[in-house]
Amino acid sequence: MTATRLFGTLAHRAAILCFIAFALFPLYWLLKVSVTPNDLLYSEGVRMWPSRTTLDHFRFVLANSEFPRFFANSLIVSGTTALISTALAALMGYALSRFQFRGKLWLAGLLLVTQMFPLVMLVAPIFKILSPLGLTNSLTGLVIVYTAFNVPFASFLMQGFFDGIPSDLEQAAMIDGADRFTAFRHIILPLALPGVAATLGFVFTAAWSEMIFALMLISGSEKATFPVGLLTFVSKFSVDYGQMMAAGVLALIPACLFFLLIQRYLVQGMTAGAVKG
Amino acid sequence: MATMEIRSASKNYGTIRVLDDINLDIGDGEFIVLVGPSGCGKSTLLRMIAGLEEITGGEIRIDDKVMNALPPKARDIAMVFQSYALYPHMSVADNMSYSLRLRKTDKPTIAEKVGAASAKLGLDALLERKPKALSGGQRQRVAMGRAIVRQPKAFLFDEPLSNLDARLREHMRAEIRKLHRELGATSIYVTHDQVEAMTLADRIVAMHGGHIQQVGTPLELYDRPANLFVAGFIGSPGMNFLKGDIADRSLHLRDGRTVALPAEMPATMGEATLGIRPEHVVLSPAGEAGLETTVDLVEPTGHGIILHLTLAGTVFKVLTHDRRWLEPGSSVGVSFPAEALHLFNAEGVRV
Repeated sequence: MTATRLFGTLAHRAAILCFIAFALFPLYWLLKVSVTPNDLLYSEGVRMWPSRTTLDHFRFVLANSEFPRFFANSLIVSGTTALISTALAALMGYALSRFQFRGKLWLAGLLLVTQMFPLVMLVAPIFKILSPLGLTNSLTGLVIVYTAFNVPFASFLMQGFFDGIPSDLEQAAMIDGADRFTAFRHIILPLALPGVAATLGFVFTAAWSEMIFALMLISGSEKATFPVGLLTFVSKFSVDYGQMMAAGVLALIPACLFFLLIQRYLVQGMTAGAVKG
Repeated sequence: MATMEIRSASKNYGTIRVLDDINLDIGDGEFIVLVGPSGCGKSTLLRMIAGLEEITGGEIRIDDKVMNALPPKARDIAMVFQSYALYPHMSVADNMSYSLRLRKTDKPTIAEKVGAASAKLGLDALLERKPKALSGGQRQRVAMGRAIVRQPKAFLFDEPLSNLDARLREHMRAEIRKLHRELGATSIYVTHDQVEAMTLADRIVAMHGGHIQQVGTPLELYDRPANLFVAGFIGSPGMNFLKGDIADRSLHLRDGRTVALPAEMPATMGEATLGIRPEHVVLSPAGEAGLETTVDLVEPTGHGIILHLTLAGTVFKVLTHDRRWLEPGSSVGVSFPAEALHLFNAEGVRV
């Protein structure tokens, strides 16, 4: 290896390292504050790591706060939203990818239009719609709203993945004796798993961190999701940073686990060998 | 095992008509090749027979049963795709048994049928592999295996060899022919390669511009092409055409020279095209016989030599085994044996 190439590789790696450090630093700070005892939080100044660490904040958050309930609510809402949205988006994406039908262009256009509005604009009308139905202050209501907002983008995402799968494959299956839906289940869906995983992950994280609707549609702590619950650590006179950060660290866990679970499907290349190449 | 009838079938995409008034009868066990340049509608016709494309007008029958509204799975046909279309997440064995599993065939029968097909195609050692671990030729074989494993009424082939290299293509061509002899199943094969068409077909259906141009055995199409399109498409290098007017039992070329016509051809008919295949042209030393011209280009192919000449302002090719005229620029005389001449009228139809 020549010196210039060695230098190039080093510079490349260093640049990546810088970027990773930049991206992960807030998370690091979150972790650092969450293990800093309250008496050191303001007294030590800015330090990369406190002189003494404690897990008291975690203990308090898990045992004495309502955080476990927020967490469970969030898990229910995000999980259900991810499953329903992805199922709908898979069907929709397949139709957009494979069929020619009347009004297709309009439908795709409308899906795009839904993505144009800032969500804040829609909070009031949605509240008006949901409240007579008894869907305010309810996890079901949140799931419905999140699903409605995530399906359009998720559909385009899935359409892209289906577009990448040659239609020869399902035609071969249909000639082999499958009807279209069987061909979809047996042949296309298994090949679209990376897409399904990516869509699940995308919708799950979107729902997990959603704040505006959760804040507006839910009152009281009974049905609150964790982004709203985090606000309970802000009281009139003080902010309990230690506990808030500890709750934040705990809230990261399911998202991390989720991506760990699906990451092997995110790896592309499943369709290699299907057609010539 | 099946007969097929196609009656005035047509296909429109929006307002564009891509197939018009297609009529074709296919006998039981026949090997039919649809051949034509790309865009002639041959693949569309095949996909209409398969049920992958809707039929705009007319009727397609298999074994006397109208197929128009039936989905592909109700037609009991197998198809080999140009892209092979192997299921990438299934092993070779699973690819081949998929159709049987859909039909809820019991396991021992599946194993037996897959075994028989894989033995026939030499796939025994590859049964557990995934398609991505196979070479192009092996994938092609698996695609064939998937088709033969359930003994369908008919086989459809959509340019199955065009992704293989020349040597493998030649080999697989022979294998398809052999397989057809063994299975005796009605087959329809689409290709743009006239050599494939000639070597495989019982009967060739030559297509152009959404119409059938001629149906016949390979040698019928070679010996008596129905029109200029078929004459130019079948044979390699393609047939030479000389345009001119016919009067006094000879063709008057644009450059003023004449070619005498045999007695059975019309003595006078105005504008016409005379066709002669490069392999039928007789060469002689300049000044001895025939029309004199010079050699522009020499293409040795090994088993023969293709000479490019200019005659009456157009390129004229001669296929010869004689090495005397290897030098570009040399003068030769070309003459045409009477029995090798093809005459077409102003509309391009054989006379």
